[in-house]
Amino acid sequence: MAKSQVSMTVNGKKVEELVEPRTLLIHFLREQLQLTGPHIGCDTSHCGACTIDLDGKSVKSCTMFTVQANGADIRTIEGMAAADGTLHALQEGFREMHGLQCGFCTPGMIMRAYRLLQENKNPTEDEIRFGISGNLCRCTGYQNIVKAIQYAAAKISGVPFQEAAE
Amino acid sequence: MIPGSFAYHRPSSVKEAVSLLGSLGDDARAIAGGHSLIPMMKLRLASPSHLIDLGGVADLKGIREDGKDIVIGAMTTQHEVIGSDLLGKKIAILAETANLIADPQVRYVGTIGGNVANGDPGNDMPAVMMCLNATYHAVGKSGERRIAAREFYQGAYFTALEPGEIVTAIRIPTPAARHGYAYEKLKRKVGDYATAAAAVLLTTSGGKVASCSIGLTNVAETPLWAEEAGKILTGSALDAATVKKAVAAAEAITSPASDGRGPAAYRTKMAGVMLSRALGRAKARAGL
Repeated sequence: MAKSQVSMTVNGKKVEELVEPRTLLIHFLREQLQLTGPHIGCDTSHCGACTIDLDGKSVKSCTMFTVQANGADIRTIEGMAAADGTLHALQEGFREMHGLQCGFCTPGMIMRAYRLLQENKNPTEDEIRFGISGNLCRCTGYQNIVKAIQYAAAKISGVPFQEAAE
Repeated sequence: MIPGSFAYHRPSSVKEAVSLLGSLGDDARAIAGGHSLIPMMKLRLASPSHLIDLGGVADLKGIREDGKDIVIGAMTTQHEVIGSDLLGKKIAILAETANLIADPQVRYVGTIGGNVANGDPGNDMPAVMMCLNATYHAVGKSGERRIAAREFYQGAYFTALEPGEIVTAIRIPTPAARHGYAYEKLKRKVGDYATAAAAVLLTTSGGKVASCSIGLTNVAETPLWAEEAGKILTGSALDAATVKKAVAAAEAITSPASDGRGPAAYRTKMAGVMLSRALGRAKARAGL
């Protein structure tokens, strides 16, 4: 099948590539752009490990063709830390609050939480849990992931983080 | 999983999309949000040779009032339905339903048009559209026609849509300003289809139900409009005995499959439970 030309912005960088129409966005990111932060977990749009930010939406990149993302502005976990290596508030939150164990779900969790905090700067615990309900974690039981997101929300808003009593 | 090869088309108008569908024939499929079709293609249960992406058709977007109706473009995403002030004010059952569909990521991409047109009995919006007495605008090469949601669903994945036609918009008669509504869905986990679900829209007058419409999800080959149950409730004050009678009438029209969500008898019972819960919430919202 003839390849199609696509151009998009990925983590602030302009990208022009040739892809087969059937190439899924996750395969394009991982294999063609070597961005292996987005993971393939279930490959059936359930687990959220492949979540990226695309034109202001959280998207499961295993369920989109690359050609559909032509012209898009994409951000992956690789685009979260500052150029000097300073972690994004969410990355810092996941480290400080032990929001990960094996780490497989973490890039998807962080990219989903990123969009959630863009839309709701100060979410309640319930709103966080509802907001990350498309991301599965088999290690943590979610407790510390919720705390990590609360930590980041507080840091971004410039208020001290108060851990809720157990 | 990697889908089979296909040629990709991205029309910019409904006319162009329909003419592509017509000329490419049976091997062509239209793709909206793709969250039903792409998983099928990855499993190679669907392998179209041509994919016609409706994502570039601006006319399929947007939510507007048109006289006594509200018209929702087919490519409006579930996320946009949830965020719409107009829908929140006039037809709040849509956001309540959309929030129970799949998960946040899927709602950013999945569309209301795809949800109603696909014919999957597990989809939630079809029963809600039957409940609201919506009409679908369908466009094919011979022009536009309108199909009532209550007459659209003929079997699992089998609808009144002709080959080469696409649903371009959903037209909903704006419910009375004061109405009660609820969508109750039993599911095993986030992202699951309903074990059973019920949609209710009712209006009241003088302490009685003036009109009541009920839709049921995933308890038959098609979504169901429980016309008889609605009639039983009309004129009542939603007293326990009448609700019981209506629930029995709704249960009587179900014919669910036994599957991982439970045996058929259980799912029928759950349809009744969802209906009585939805009636309870709709009643409170209507101030009855």
